[in-house]
Amino acid sequence: MESNESADKTVLFEVLRYNPDKDKSPVMQQYKVPLQKGITVLDGLVWIKENLDASLSWRSSCRMGVCGSCGMFINGLPRLACNNQIVHINPEKITVKPLPNFDIIRDLVPDLEGFFQKHRSVKPYLIRKEIDELDHPTGEFFQSPEELVNYIQFAYCIKCGLCLSACPTVATDERYTGPQALAQALRYNSDSRDEGAKEREAAVYSGSGVWRCHFAGACSQVCPKGVDPAMAIQLLKKDIVLKKLRLRKYQHGTGVLPKTEEWKENPKIPKAPAPTV
Amino acid sequence: MSKNSKARRNKLGLIGWLGGGRYGFERYAYTLHRITGLALLVYFVMHIFVTGARIGGSEAWQTTMERYETPFFKLGEFLVFLAFAFHALNGVRLGLAELGVALGKPQRPVYPYRVSIHRQRPLFIAVMIVAALIMILGGADFYLLGH
Ligand code: SF4
Ligand code: FES
Repeated sequence: MESNESADKTVLFEVLRYNPDKDKSPVMQQYKVPLQKGITVLDGLVWIKENLDASLSWRSSCRMGVCGSCGMFINGLPRLACNNQIVHINPEKITVKPLPNFDIIRDLVPDLEGFFQKHRSVKPYLIRKEIDELDHPTGEFFQSPEELVNYIQFAYCIKCGLCLSACPTVATDERYTGPQALAQALRYNSDSRDEGAKEREAAVYSGSGVWRCHFAGACSQVCPKGVDPAMAIQLLKKDIVLKKLRLRKYQHGTGVLPKTEEWKENPKIPKAPAPTV
Repeated sequence: MSKNSKARRNKLGLIGWLGGGRYGFERYAYTLHRITGLALLVYFVMHIFVTGARIGGSEAWQTTMERYETPFFKLGEFLVFLAFAFHALNGVRLGLAELGVALGKPQRPVYPYRVSIHRQRPLFIAVMIVAALIMILGGADFYLLGH
């Protein structure tokens, strides 16, 4: 890496190391990393791997807060390594550990298998009663921009797992469905095209579902996408109460948009260029 | 849960449950709510046991009551009262939140994110003030007015 004006400044990285084949228990290892302008925690780890210790392992991909693979426990909070500049956390010392509440596969790599299983358990996809339309679609399901706002916040989830690391219920209860999966249940329940709320009830309102949450709110505090799983869980509780009191009905998904029979070309819209292949 | 047999367990367990860490006030309230809940439960069991002495006639009742008239048990009772005040008022907040009160509505997330936990904080502060007032009045009643 090219050095720049603050090249002689260094930041101390303390990183948890654990190799299941060699180590009995994890150890903290220290590295000195040159502090450059705009350097993120992920950049620091890459620098260590390139210059000091090639065996350091972690998961990352997009390095822009989109893929959700670089979740780590950085200076006392679960955060995305790529989304946080060192100077904004602590320019003197950065402590990096793997996300708590997940098993450690190696160094900073958490085991997300169980997490994804919980995600699947809430049926995170649109469910419709008339299967025919899904197999042989005749058009688009209607959705207005206002209906989109009902769930778009929850659709921002990148499955990074930070919320589960922050949650005090997850810390002790292995079976708890967890903030991420429950937020996804609400994301699909409140999609105007969906008719699957009843099918999701078994997972959402089981003994390990929403009632295990007591609104500690840590999940919403650490979520890097503003998903607000804590609100989603409270809204799921409200929803079932209203439904049981018969104050709210199960949703009928919006229908297919009628086919526009004739359409005229708008002369104001420029024509698409000819295909190149 | 892991299929990877070599993976090392990293559940926070009780420490994660008890330690509020660098999270918000509500996470501390979560812990305190559970601890006070357990404390109240223990108290209720003891309470039933102690008042059960009444079955033995008024004499047995008198002697049992005298046994608990010590400063130690008075302090214990006062602590139960504090636990009750916190648990009840925080419970009101949780009940309201579970009905969607003071959380705001789902919206497009715009950085810096303001989430439900920020929007309900005035409610949190309000119930905590009421709880504190009840605790102070209770304290005055317990220790200053005397019985
Ligand atoms: S809800 Fe937020 S913190 Fe949880 S997995 Fe999704 S993006 Fe990550
Ligand atoms: S590397 Fe993709 S979110 Fe950090």
